[in-house]
Amino acid sequence: MRPYIVPTSEPLSRLIEELNKLPGIGPKSAQRLAYHLLRASKEEVQALAQAILDVKEKVIFCSQCQNISDTDPCQFCRSAERDKKIICVVEKPLDILALERSGAYKGVYHVLHGLISPLDGVGPEDLKIKELMERLRSGEVSEVIIATNPTVEGEATAMFLHRLISPLGIKVTRLARGLPFGGDLEYADELTLARALEGRQPLEP
Amino acid sequence: MTPPRVYKVEAIVLRGSDFGEADRLLTLYTRERGKIRAIAKGACRPGSKLAGHTQVLSYSLMTLARGRNLDIITQAQTIQSFPSLHDDLERLSQGLYLAELVESFTPEESENRALFELLRRSLEHLDRGRDKLVLVLFELRLLKFSGYLPELEKCLKCRCSLTGEIGYFIPSEGGVFCYHCRPPEIKYTALSAPSRKAMDFLLKASFQEVSRLRLTGQQLEEIERATKEHITFILERRPRVRVWLEQLSGSNPFAFTERAEYNRRC
Repeated sequence: MRPYIVPTSEPLSRLIEELNKLPGIGPKSAQRLAYHLLRASKEEVQALAQAILDVKEKVIFCSQCQNISDTDPCQFCRSAERDKKIICVVEKPLDILALERSGAYKGVYHVLHGLISPLDGVGPEDLKIKELMERLRSGEVSEVIIATNPTVEGEATAMFLHRLISPLGIKVTRLARGLPFGGDLEYADELTLARALEGRQPLEP
Repeated sequence: MTPPRVYKVEAIVLRGSDFGEADRLLTLYTRERGKIRAIAKGACRPGSKLAGHTQVLSYSLMTLARGRNLDIITQAQTIQSFPSLHDDLERLSQGLYLAELVESFTPEESENRALFELLRRSLEHLDRGRDKLVLVLFELRLLKFSGYLPELEKCLKCRCSLTGEIGYFIPSEGGVFCYHCRPPEIKYTALSAPSRKAMDFLLKASFQEVSRLRLTGQQLEEIERATKEHITFILERRPRVRVWLEQLSGSNPFAFTERAEYNRRC
């Protein structure tokens, strides 16, 4: 097979090769990016290289909630305004951003970094469940909100956590499942509709 | 004849994984075309009209449009969603086990209506209540439909009828041996005559008849062990969900060491 990189200069082809390893970057995009970097000013390139190194060296996981952070404990676990008695369990750090945008939650978080997926061979020991259980055993927590996705993997994880946590005498709740804002009854599936009916609310006068 | 650009299938979703920004790549088992893979566009977004109808283990009517590589799901409407599977971790996991077996045993684009019906009926049965026998019934019939059913009645070597005798089952040989012909120094699973009779019943009887079947603990254990070993031999690995089911039923759901070791081996 012919190499797809025509070797003009060794450092350049090495850069193209490295860029090509990134997700979503094919050989053509890699070449374009490499030539762009070649023409860019030295400061610009240095800033990019430094940012890449920093993300590996300075980003750490909060020892309490396992969220991505630059301090330990992270901003949520450190904050005095946050209710430490309620823990919201999420799949990934991005879910925290989504919940924070809602502005409706004032407790702390716990990031599992994945979901139990029997079909893919991902089990509880591959997630940060042991760390969650250690936090709960400290005795301060009164409620755990499970905010995993309403998918098969999310449900398996929620049921598994419920089984582990309820013997500790801690209240376990799950985010409501129902109709999304801007949704359409016509396209809703039976499970969602049944649960939306179960969880119906009286209209306030 | 070129197939039509848009076509309809009845499908059970075997597996789904995120694909690109907000799409999902699904493995479907369809009544009309066997196992196929298809894309559900935008199914990760909230409010997606496909998301609810394309969850793993749901049984839906789908319209697909032929794509360059993968076909694209344009419409989906749930036929059966097996709701109580989603409230019981054991049964949900058992359902996933059936899905994994179908995915592992079937080639792409090869229609097998009997197998489709078996999967649908088994999920329906699991949805109605817990039943240990559904799994062995499913395993045995899957082996039969895919042509891997072992010989259970006659000794593989001397062809004598075993009738009341114990059969010595060896997965790599594809069946049982009689006491005199069993090869030395090969591990076997003993299958007593009542166990073999029960296996025959599980293969032929209706779901209603099977739900009335009562097996002794020893019979169930023999049958389970033989089918499990046979499946592991054919797939050349233990089914992943099987490992999870064993972990769930064990006293320590966290079996860290055992699973860590399993993951290393795979």
